[in-house]
Amino acid sequence: MDNSLLSLLIWLPIFAGVLVILIGNERANTARWISVAVSILVFIISLSLYTEFDSNTHLMQFEEKASWISQFNIYYHLGVDGISMPLIILTTFSTILVLIAGWEVIKTRPAHYMAAFLMMEGLIIGVFSSLDAILFYAFWEASLIPMLLIIGVWGGNNRVYAAIKFFLYTFLGSVFMLVSLIYMYNKGGSFSILDMHNLSLTAAEQAWIFWAFFMAFAVKVPMFPVHTWLPDAHVQAPTGGSVILAAIMLKMGGYGFFRFSLPITPDASYQFSEVVIILSLIAIVYIGFVALVQRDMKKLIAYSSISHMGFVTLGVFALFLAYKPGAAEAALLGLEGAMVQMISHGFISAAMFLVVGVLYDRLHSREISTYGGVINSMPKFTGFAVLFAMANAGLPGTSGFVGEFMVILGAVQANIWYGVLAGSTLIVGAAYTLWMVKRVFWGAITNPAVETLSDINAREFGILAVLAIAVIAMGLYPQPVIEVIHVTIEHLLNQALTSKL
Amino acid sequence: MNNMYTFDTSTLWVALPEIFLLSAIVVVLLLDLFLTKPFKQVTYYLTQLSLLITGILAFNLIGELKAIIFGGSFILDNMASVFKVFMAGSTMVALVYTRHYLTSHKLFRGEYFVLVLLSMLGMMVMVSGYSLLTLYLGLEILSLSLYTLIAIARERAGAVEAALKYFVLGAIASGLLLYGMSMVYGISGSINISDIATFAANATLASREMLILNFGLVFLVIGIAFKLGAVPFHMWVPDVYQGAPTSVTMFLSTAPKIAAVAMLVRILVDGMGAMHAYWSDLFMVLALLSIVLGSVVALMQTNIKRMLAYSTISHIGFILLGFVTGVVTGYGAAVFYVLVYILMSLAAFGMIILLNKQGFEADKISDFKGLSKHSPWFALMMLVIMLSMAGVPPFIGFYSKLFILQQVISAGFVTIAVIAVVFAVISAYYYLQVVKSMYFEGSDQDITITAPMDMKLILSINAVLILVVGIFPDFWMKLSISLF
Repeated sequence: MDNSLLSLLIWLPIFAGVLVILIGNERANTARWISVAVSILVFIISLSLYTEFDSNTHLMQFEEKASWISQFNIYYHLGVDGISMPLIILTTFSTILVLIAGWEVIKTRPAHYMAAFLMMEGLIIGVFSSLDAILFYAFWEASLIPMLLIIGVWGGNNRVYAAIKFFLYTFLGSVFMLVSLIYMYNKGGSFSILDMHNLSLTAAEQAWIFWAFFMAFAVKVPMFPVHTWLPDAHVQAPTGGSVILAAIMLKMGGYGFFRFSLPITPDASYQFSEVVIILSLIAIVYIGFVALVQRDMKKLIAYSSISHMGFVTLGVFALFLAYKPGAAEAALLGLEGAMVQMISHGFISAAMFLVVGVLYDRLHSREISTYGGVINSMPKFTGFAVLFAMANAGLPGTSGFVGEFMVILGAVQANIWYGVLAGSTLIVGAAYTLWMVKRVFWGAITNPAVETLSDINAREFGILAVLAIAVIAMGLYPQPVIEVIHVTIEHLLNQALTSKL
Repeated sequence: MNNMYTFDTSTLWVALPEIFLLSAIVVVLLLDLFLTKPFKQVTYYLTQLSLLITGILAFNLIGELKAIIFGGSFILDNMASVFKVFMAGSTMVALVYTRHYLTSHKLFRGEYFVLVLLSMLGMMVMVSGYSLLTLYLGLEILSLSLYTLIAIARERAGAVEAALKYFVLGAIASGLLLYGMSMVYGISGSINISDIATFAANATLASREMLILNFGLVFLVIGIAFKLGAVPFHMWVPDVYQGAPTSVTMFLSTAPKIAAVAMLVRILVDGMGAMHAYWSDLFMVLALLSIVLGSVVALMQTNIKRMLAYSTISHIGFILLGFVTGVVTGYGAAVFYVLVYILMSLAAFGMIILLNKQGFEADKISDFKGLSKHSPWFALMMLVIMLSMAGVPPFIGFYSKLFILQQVISAGFVTIAVIAVVFAVISAYYYLQVVKSMYFEGSDQDITITAPMDMKLILSINAVLILVVGIFPDFWMKLSISLF
C-alpha cells in the first residue's frame, strides 16, 4: 500500500496552489485548467482512501509518522479512520465543484482565487488527517488564512467586516483549545491525539478542557450563541467561499467534537451534555424561525446551515442520555446520524449556495424580492433548485432525511421532548425552504429582468447534476457511508461511555 | 582564583571579535574622512565587511569552553558567541535595508555607519559583560550611539524630539540601574557577577543583607525594564519608534533587544538566580501589563511604526513570561522568542523601508493600500510577517508563542497563559488591519518600488525564512535552550 497517500493529498494541492500563483493572473486560462486538473487528480487519489479502506477496524489507517519538533515530541503524524476519511473525500469532491463554478465568474485575479482554494483544500485535508495535536492546530489555523483572503478579496460590499469577524471569532475560539492541548502535553508528555485519548484526567481538568474545546468547536460549527459570524461571512463571501465554508469548514467543528471532546473528556461531555443539547435545540428551532424571516437568500441558507448543524451536535451529545446499558443501538444511531448529517449537509449546503450563486451571477442580487417566477425563464435550473430545497427540508429519499431521521430517533430515546423539538425542524425547515422556493421560482414574473434570464449552461448543469446524484444516492442508499463509519463510531461510543475517573 | 584577576595577554583571544571590531571602527572612521562624495559607498561596504568578519570570529568561538577574563569582568560562553553572531547578522541585514532608506532620504553619511558599528561594539560588551561595570559600560556605548543615530535626521523635528526623549529617559534609566548596582555592590562587596551570585546564594532569608540586596534588585529590574521597554516603563518606546528615522527604528528594535536580554540574563539569572522568587513576581506584573497594554493600545494606531512599537511592547511581555518560569527551558523559550522577534521585526521594518521613495516615508498603515495589486509578491511577504507576529501557524511567530505558553503552563500559571492568548487574539486585529489595507482595499496612490535588487532579495529571503523556520523550528529551539 502506498504509504504517503495522505501526504500526497495534503501537499499536492498546496504546491499546485503555489504553482498557480506563479502562473499568474495574466495567463488565467492556464491557471484554471491546471487548478481543475489538480483538483480532479486529488479527488481520484482520495477515492483510493475509500477503496482501500478497511471498514472492520477502528484503528488509524494510511498512517505516516515522522519526527517534526523533537523538543516537544511533536510528530508529523497522519492517519484516517471512519470519521475522517469520508470528510476528506467530501473536501476533495467539493473543491472540484467550487473551482469549476468559479471558472468564468471570477474576473478579478482568477489565478489567485484558484490558488487560494487549492491551498485551502490541502490544509483542510491536513486538519482531518492529523493525529498530532500541534500539527492539527497548525492546519486548523492555517486554513483560516486562505478563507480570510477569499472573503476579503472576492467578497461583497461589506466584505472587510465579514472577513475580519470570521478570522477573529475562529481565532479566539481556538486559542483556548491550544492552551488545553499544551496542558495535556505537560501532563502526559505527548502531543499525540491518540495518547490524549488515553490520558487520565480528573473531573475538574476535564471540565476545563471540555469548555476550552467547546469554545473552539462551537464557534466553528457554529452553535448558538456564537453563530453570528456565519451569516455575515456567508453573505459577503463569493459563492465558492460560501460553499467551502458551509460544506467543509463547519464540519471541522463537528469533527472536533468527534475527535477531541468525546474521547478526551468523556466524563465532562456527559456532565455537560444537556447544556449542549439545549443549545443544539435552540439552534434547530429558534434559528429555524430566524431563517424564516430572512430576505436575503444566502442569509436564509446560512441560518438553515446553523439549524442543520444543530443536528450534528444534538446527535453527538444525546448519546449519553440515549444510552441504556445493554441497549447501545439508540446512542449509536444518534452518533452515526450526526456523522451522516455532516456529509449530507456538505452536499446540500454546497448545492444550495451554488443555486444562489447561479442566480447571483445573472442579476447580482441575493434579495428574494428581486426574483419571482424564475421557473418561466429557467426551467432546468428550477428543477435542480426544487430538488435541493426538498433535500434541505429533509424529504425522505434525499440525503437530508437520513441523518436527521437517525438523530431524531436517537434523541427520542434520550428524552421524548428532545425528539419532538428536533422533529419540529421538519415543519420549520420545510416552511422556510419551500416559502423561499415559492417566492423565487414560482408565481408570476414580477421583475422584468427575470424574463431575460438564460437557463443554466452546460458547466452549471454538470455541477448541479453531480450534486443531485450525490444527494439522491445518499438518500436512497446510505449504506456505503454507514458501513465505513460504523466500526469507528462504535469504538468512539465506547470511548465516550468509558469513564476516565 | 588569583590568576583570574591578573591581566594575561594570552587570554586576549577570548575578546577577539570585540578587539577586531574596535580596530575596524577606527579604520572606517578615519577612512571615511578622506573619502570624497562618489566613494561614500566604500564606507558602507567596509562596514558590512567588518560586521561579517566580526560575526565569523564570534562564530568560531562557539563551542569554546567557558572563559572569564579581565579580572572576572568579561565572559566568553556559548550564549555570548551565539548572540554576537545573531547581532552581527541582523545588523548586516538591517544595513542592507538602511542603505535604501538613507539614499531615498538624503541621509547617507559615513557617521551613520560608524555609529552603527559603535553600537554593535556596545552590544557585544553587554553580551559578554560579567561585572556590573562592564555591563554598564556596554550599555552606555550602545545608548549614546543610539541617541546620536536618532538625531542624525536633525532637520526633522520629530527625530530630534525622539532623540531628546530617549536621551532623557534613557539617562534616568541608567541612573536607576546604577543606583541598583551600587546597592548590590555596597552589600556584596563585589561587582563581579560570579561573586554576587555566591553572595546571593549564601545570604540568609530575611537578613539585613537580603533586604539591601532586594532593594538593589528592584532598581536593577526597573533599569532593565526601561531598556526593554516593558510597561510601565515603556513611555519612550512609541515616540522614539515613530520619531526616529525608520532605519534607526529598525535597528533599535532588533539587535539591541538581544543585548538587553543578555544583560538581563547576566544580572538576574546568572547573578541573582538565587533570588528568582523575588524578581519573577516583578516580571509577572511587567509581562502582563506589557501584553495587555501593548495589544490594546496598538488597536488605535494609524501609524505603522507606532503600531509596531506597541506590538514590540506586547512581544516583550511574552519574552518576560519566559523568565518568570525560572527554569532553563523557560529561559530558552524567552531567547527563542527574542530571536524570532528579531527576524520578524527586521522583515516588518524592511517592508516599510521598501515602500519608501525619494523623500516619502511610508509609515502609515494606509500607505500599504492596494499593495497586493501592485506587488503581489511583497504583499504576500507582508501578510506572512503580520500573521507571524499575530502568532498564526504555520509561521514562526506561532512556535515562539507556543514555546513560551508551554513553559508558562508547565510552571503552573494556566491563568496567565489564558490571559496571554486572549490578548494575542486582540492583537491579531491590528495586524489584520495591515492585511486589510494590502488586500481588501484599492489603492488611490501609485506604489512604485524603487528599492535596489539586493534589498528586494534579502527582504524576500528574510520573509520566506519566517515560513521556513516556522516549518522546521526544532534546531532553533534546541539551540536556544542549549545556551543556558
